[in-house]
Amino acid sequence: MKPASFEYVAPATVPEALHLLADDTVDSKVLAGGQSLIPLMNLRLAAPERLIDINNLRDLAYIRDDINGLHIGAMTRHTDVLASTSVRQMTPLLHEAAGFVAHSQVRNRGTLGGTLAHADAAAEIPVALLASNAVITARSIEGERQISVEDFFQGYFSTTLRADELIVDVFLPAMPPHGGSAFNEFSRRRGDYAIGGAAVVLVFDDQGICESARVALLAAGPQPVRAPASEGLLVGHRLDGELILAAAKAAASSANPVTSIHGSAEYRRAVIEEMVARGLREATQRAGV
Amino acid sequence: MGCAKPPNERESKIMVKVTIEINDVVHDADVDPRLLLCDFLRHDVRLTGTHVGCEQGSCGACTVLFDELPVRSCTMLAVQADGHAVRTVESLARDGGLSKLQQSFTDCHALQCGFCTPGMLMTLTPLVESGQRLSDAEIREAISGNLCRCTGYQQIVDATRHALDG
Repeated sequence: MKPASFEYVAPATVPEALHLLADDTVDSKVLAGGQSLIPLMNLRLAAPERLIDINNLRDLAYIRDDINGLHIGAMTRHTDVLASTSVRQMTPLLHEAAGFVAHSQVRNRGTLGGTLAHADAAAEIPVALLASNAVITARSIEGERQISVEDFFQGYFSTTLRADELIVDVFLPAMPPHGGSAFNEFSRRRGDYAIGGAAVVLVFDDQGICESARVALLAAGPQPVRAPASEGLLVGHRLDGELILAAAKAAASSANPVTSIHGSAEYRRAVIEEMVARGLREATQRAGV
Repeated sequence: MGCAKPPNERESKIMVKVTIEINDVVHDADVDPRLLLCDFLRHDVRLTGTHVGCEQGSCGACTVLFDELPVRSCTMLAVQADGHAVRTVESLARDGGLSKLQQSFTDCHALQCGFCTPGMLMTLTPLVESGQRLSDAEIREAISGNLCRCTGYQQIVDATRHALDG
């Protein structure tokens, strides 16, 4: 099995990479960790004319504390996200999600920016970032713009990133004091893409009333999606077992999973419901209310 | 985006010069950009210890160490290894003697057909060399990206335990 022929370029700087991306006469593809793109090329499902390898852009690999959260460079590998104390303390949801990403060999190569750009609805990191209300910074030769993760995903393996843009940074707000999060997924074998899953972020007030809820679903449709109907049931209330079950049911009803050899749509919806319920229980407990 | 030319109508390949340290030996080579690292190791360097299974990043048989970290050599291009260090299963036995992990695999019957063994060894070697203590659950997690179809995982876990404790 071999990828089709392509021209290979490995820019040494971000501006150099952006100039290459700006050339619209060639069908180019950015190579980050390559854990999705290279298999697709091996299978000839992707055959770009030019591969822009950004692995030499070491200045895009960082995890930086900010007052309100964390800035993570696009070329930060999953292994480094998983090992980071800042990530574990400030954005525990991302830490938990990174632990579900495939296997060590894949985490040693795969990157935060790469999995975002690939936008697989069954991948853990995009869903975790959606629940975290992350902000993506994309750069082109024209300049830089911030994209809310809410506006980023656009159907199957598609994003609002322009062809001449490169993801350079992702900002994640820190978990507030009365906040709790949880990431849950179910797969037949450890490390496989999930049959279904959910990322949950809850914030409570001093009285234990839910102030805000973000419930994002894994493998629940063409793209990473939130479950507003479920979130709406939670806000303004104290979370008890009954409300959690109702919210999980609402999330499952809004899910649109696809039947495949790994599970029917009906089964996947049931898995999602259970993953949301577990997530809501854990997040409530972790928030300390 | 320009309309992509079909692969068979593209201009002839442009070879890229690379310098790769493999098992402590520096190799200079001209490679076709589309050459996978696993195929470069097997066909160009003639190190056939690295096995190629699924060629799509699922089975782990082709695992090698890339700058000391386990990676799948079928999801990397040879050109990407330029200026980096690669270790394959051939680096494990020194002076005619097996490494501690290899000897444990032999002692605990951790291989039957042996196809997955190079990948298992290269995934586990950094853990054994680091001298850290691991539970059986952590060993299983470590090899979760390596598929074995005939030996059975229990003996592989036993062998790793043996190497870590021995």
